[in-house]
This record gives sequence, structure tokens and C-alpha cells, in this order.
Amino acid sequence: MAINKEFVKFDNVDKSYDGKTLVVKGLDLDIEEGEFVTMLGPSGSGKTTCLMMLAGFETATNGEIYLDNKVISNIPPHKRGIGMVFQNYALFPHMTVYENLAFPLRVRKIPKDEADKKIDKALSMVSLQGFETRMPMQLSGGQQQRVAVARSLVFDPQLVLMDEPLGALDKNLRESMQYEIKHIHESIGVTVVYVTHDQTEALTMSNRIAVFNDGKVQQLSSPDKLYEEPENSFVAGFIGENNIFNGTISDIDGDTCKVKLENGSEILANPISIKSKGDKTTISLRPERALINPEKKMDNNYKGKIEEVIYHGDHTRLRINILGSDQFILKIPNSTSNLDIKLGNEINIGWNSKDTRALDPK
Amino acid sequence: MNTETKQILTSDGIPLEKSLKKAERRNKIKAFLLVVPLLLFLAITYISPIGELLTRSVDDKMVTNMLPKTFKAMEKWDGQELPSEEVFASFLSDYKILVKAKTQGKLGQRLNKEKNGFNSILKKLIRKMKNFEEGNYKEQIISVHKRFEDVSYWRAIKRTAPPYTVAKYLKAVDMYTDENGEIVRVEEGRRIYIKLWLRTLQVALFVTLFTFLMGYPIAHLLATIPMKYSNLLMICVLLPFWTSLLVRTASWMILLQQQGVVNDFFVMIGLVDDDNRPEMMYNIVGTYVAMTQILLPFMVLPLYSVMKTVSPSLMRAGKSLGGTPFVSFWKIYFPLTTSGIGAGSLLVFILAVGYYITPALVGGASGTLISNSIAYHMKQTLDWSFASAMGLMLLVGVMAVYWIYNKLVGIDNIKLG
Repeated sequence: MAINKEFVKFDNVDKSYDGKTLVVKGLDLDIEEGEFVTMLGPSGSGKTTCLMMLAGFETATNGEIYLDNKVISNIPPHKRGIGMVFQNYALFPHMTVYENLAFPLRVRKIPKDEADKKIDKALSMVSLQGFETRMPMQLSGGQQQRVAVARSLVFDPQLVLMDEPLGALDKNLRESMQYEIKHIHESIGVTVVYVTHDQTEALTMSNRIAVFNDGKVQQLSSPDKLYEEPENSFVAGFIGENNIFNGTISDIDGDTCKVKLENGSEILANPISIKSKGDKTTISLRPERALINPEKKMDNNYKGKIEEVIYHGDHTRLRINILGSDQFILKIPNSTSNLDIKLGNEINIGWNSKDTRALDPK
Repeated sequence: MNTETKQILTSDGIPLEKSLKKAERRNKIKAFLLVVPLLLFLAITYISPIGELLTRSVDDKMVTNMLPKTFKAMEKWDGQELPSEEVFASFLSDYKILVKAKTQGKLGQRLNKEKNGFNSILKKLIRKMKNFEEGNYKEQIISVHKRFEDVSYWRAIKRTAPPYTVAKYLKAVDMYTDENGEIVRVEEGRRIYIKLWLRTLQVALFVTLFTFLMGYPIAHLLATIPMKYSNLLMICVLLPFWTSLLVRTASWMILLQQQGVVNDFFVMIGLVDDDNRPEMMYNIVGTYVAMTQILLPFMVLPLYSVMKTVSPSLMRAGKSLGGTPFVSFWKIYFPLTTSGIGAGSLLVFILAVGYYITPALVGGASGTLISNSIAYHMKQTLDWSFASAMGLMLLVGVMAVYWIYNKLVGIDNIKLG
């Protein structure tokens, strides 16, 4: 069977809670069957609202949401057959793990022996066999999380929604759960829509990431594209670290442009979201794309002064005063020890214009 | 699992457990001292009155103290035939002392309760005994009135001998000890207290049920609507609390009386005929309506505090997992609020069982409860020991309810806030 490219489809969806401001503005979003899509954004960006509309706990003010080509606005939540993992797990505290998992099967009137098999399978998926008789209160946060995941999958939904499910876990556990959820997704091929404000979580787990801000999807693309090729300055600033220069376009020529910075110097950049000469622009450059004393020829080459050296274990960060900005960050792997990085030293820094993305002004 | 645990010693060789206790003892003493005033207060104002209640309800020392010689002489009497001359003589001598002290009236009343017609013959005895001659008192007393020859009168005296009696408790359940010392029920037409107990129980149960049916949705609404509305609603729930009970009951009288607001409204919408207005007050209906309204906050508040702790995401989870709204409610939300239901029901039931003012004012004859009867005996008949007996039975009943609740649900599961 052909994969449905528009398994979930938001078609020009608006949402307003108070009739004055729009929380979600004209959202268009297609999610492919079997995909792991993350909605990433700062709090208040509308991502959770989108998830709640999909789950059926909120209604869209305008526009339609389609699930498997069917309009779902008139289907109540309990008939949508969408699995959901909640922020605080929402395990039923008065039921054992077994009963929690049995709940969706019982309401679907699945015979007991078949239900037992499904529960066993779901629990083994999150490696929690033998915990059937425990109460949620007797489980650790990570275990509760696994039960919540197992419960959302036990009735074989086509779509699973996860609303910041790892938010309450500590860092190590969060990382291992990220891999675990990713592996579960890969092994059973369910479509997952995942909401988080944690960009590393989004980058590690997703097939595609929808970056939300101000009720709109700013960019929808794969993690690597999102990081390497941000399409606007919000995405560039929100995902990963970023060196910024503000300036004006002084010349455009195909895929390079000249940008005149505020301190008067001119650098070469890659025009992304600017159109013509004279436009204001914000230039974004990933710290690891700039090199010290580059061996190969690079088309941007400037001298900067080291303002601060911060040791980070696997790498060292330098804060450099360059081109009128003293917030220019450089990351140096600690294997390259031959460099002369002392506070106050002047060093040569070079980067390619291809990596220097001229985006919309901030 | 290895259950054997080694005793851990502190560095100076004292067992850890011991030194921990030692370290905590000071704090425990401090904590105890803090609650001492309250404990004393409770002991004085709560436990001792209950003890007083208990002793008063079974106390029957009056006659015992009035006829000491008689009872001593009666010890040997088997109660089958007329007592011996010695008993008659001792009785007369006891009675003379009483007459001298002018307290013989109380004895007459008390013995009359035990056996009808006793008072009059004792009064007759006062008049005649002045002319009694020395010796052969048995014959002389019998000559005063032939009832003195009736052995049942002497048995009645003997029955009052023990300093303690359960007669008040028997009376409270429409029973008494008959002339032969057997416990029997009073005749059908005069049984009032059993009926009153059952009515009290019934009213308390139904009021609990009504407050639950009305309070549950209110509490749910309170717990789920946004703060700015819930505060206002909370004030509406609490407002009756801040109004005097008497005023609230009086306002129900205004509403419910035959020419009252509710009846006027019924007539206006044509529900009832103007000259056939239903009586909603001075009967059981009035008691139900007023008590339900007055006790409602006691149901709402515990329910509210429990519902507040139930995360709304649980209902959502239930729905997203495929449960219809009703199933989600019944299987998830409702079981999580049972502790509040228990607390509220227990509170309302216990309050309702002992309710006094409201049934007294709006209850009329068919709507009064056991507490009204207690008050009646406290204030009107001055039979304090009977009132005490009923009060104590009420207390025991409430404790029994509490005990049953503890067995069924567990008192630890109660949540009041």
C-alpha cells in the first residue's frame, strides 16, 4: 500500500481562545504516515494547542484537520483512536499497571486473552515485564513514563501524540528515553507527533521538525537541514548556537552577496531570504563553521581579539571581538592543542560565504 | 531477601536506634508540651461531660439512699410472698426520716413510676402512721391500705434497690422491666422512641444522599472552572455558612409556609390550586429541604478539595484511550473522588443525626428528630438521665457509623482538605 503523504493534514487552521488573539495562525502542516514529526517551539508558540486540536480536546476556530483523509472536527476524542502520552503521564493512580494498559482494550471490548497478549507485548516493548501488579505511585518517574508510552501504544493506534513526555525526567534518563522512544517508533512504524521545547530532543528523535513561533510554523524540515540551513533568523536563533551580524545588502550576485555591517566592513554571504540591494539583513553563522588560521582558502577572513576562553570538556569556546561584535563565538575541539589561544591574543578567523546565511532582519 | 539486619553502632558503641531515640526525645517532649493545653481542654470539656452523661444516664441511687434499712432487710427476702415484719419495720423507720426531712414526695413519684398507685398509698401512710403503735408494723401498715398486702408493690421497691439501672435505655427503645423483672416492649400505641430513632436515621441518610446528589456537580464545577469564576461560586457556597443558622432556618419558614414564596410561585404557574396549597413545612418535607440546604457546604467542601487534586489530564487520558465521557468519568474520575465522598457523607450524616434547631423550627410533629426529644426532656420534663441516655445512644450510634466506615473504606482515606 502506498504511504499516505498526508496522513495528518492541518489545512489553514486558526485557533483563538479569547476571540481577540490568534494562538495558531493559518497553520498548514502535512505529516506522512509512519513519520516522527516534532513540534518545537518556545512556550506559548501554539504547538501544544495544535496537538490538543489533533487529539480533539480543543476545536479549531477555523480551518480543517484531516486524519487519514477524513475530517476529524466532528469526531469526539474517544472515537479518534489516537494514542496520547501526557506531560505528567496521566496514569490512573487507582489502577495497577496492568489495569492502566487494559483500560483502552476493555473499552474496545477486546477479549481478555487477546488483551493480555497485547499488554504483554506493550510492556516488553518498554522492558517493563513483571510490573503488571504495581501501582503507578510505586514506580519511578522513568518507569511511569514507560507505562504511559506502553498504554498509548497498546491498542495499536495509527497515530500517537506525545506532549512533552520527558519534561519531568532528569537529564540522563531523558536522553536514554529519547533513544528508547525513537527505537519503538522505528520498530512498529507508528506515526508520532511529538511536542517539545527542547531542541536537542527534537534533533535526536525526529524525522522532521516543525519549528513553531507566534502561532506559525517557521520551518518544517529534517533535523540536519533545520540546523545547517535555517530559513529565517528565528529558526537560526532558536536551533543551536549562532553568530549574528546585522547589516545591509550592498550587492547581490547569484548565490553570493555583499553585506555592509554596522561597523563599516563588508563580508560575503549566502542570500537566503533577502531579495534586493539595500535590504536589511541578519547574518547567521554557526560557530563550528568558522576556523582559526584556516589552511584552505576561505572567502571571509578577518582578525579578531580573544575576549574570553571557556573550557567545556570536549571543546573550548572562545568569545571573540570581531567586526564590531564582541559576542562572536568559536568552538575549538580540544584535540587541536597547537593553537595559541590566550586571552587578549589577536587571531585569524576564516569562514566560507556559503555558510554565512543572510536572513530576514531581526 | 535477607531479613537479618546487623545492629549498627554509633562511634561510641551505643546502638544507632537507641541514640536516634535519645536525640529525638527532646523534640517529642517539646511537641507534646505544645499540645498539652488542647489535651487538657478536651479532657475537661469533652471527655468529662461524656463521663458525666454516662453516669447520669444509669444513676438510680436516689431510692437506694432513701431506704437504706429497707433494702438491707430485703436482702434476705425471696420476693415470692409478703416480706417479713423486719422489712415493714425498716421501711417505716426509713419513711419516717424522709417525712421528717420532707423529701418523701420524690420517693412517692419514683415508686409510682415503678408501680402505679404507689404514691397515693404512701401519702395515706403519712397520715395514718402518726397513730401507729409500737410493734407489729406489718399488720398496721397493711391496715392503712390493702395494696400494702399486694406483694407486687414490695417487689417494686426491691427493683429500685440497685444503685444503677438501664431503665432509661430501655425506655429509649420503647421497652421496660415489668413486674416480674422481665424486659418487655411497651404496648404498640405507646411506642414513640423507636419510631423517632428510625426517622432520625432515615432523615440523616436521605439528607446525606440529597447533599451528595446536589453537591457533587457543584464541587466538580468549582474544581474545574477558571479561578476567577470559581472564587465567586465558592463564595456562593460559603455564604450560607456565614449566615446564622437560625436566620437561614427562618428564611426557609418564609419560603415554605402555606402562604409562602414557593407556594405562591406554584399557584402562579398553575401547578397547584390556590385553596389547595400543599403543606411543605411543619412536616418531614420541611426538615428535608431545610437540612439539605444547610448541610450542603459540608458535602461540597470535602468533595471540592479532593476534586482539586484530580488532574484534568486523567479524564483526557481516559477519553484519548477510547473511553466515552461517561466511562471515563465512572472508571477514572469517580473512583478518585471516593475519599471526598466518604468524608463529606460521614460529615453530613453525623451532623444530620444530631440536628436540632432546623427540625425544631420547620419539622412540626412529623419532622422532629431524636435530638428534639432529647431537648424536650432536658428542658420540659427535666428527666436529665433519660436525656443523657438518649444522648449517649446517639453518640454510640455515630461512633458505630464511624467504625463501619473505617472497616469499609478506611478512615485514612478521608480527605477534608
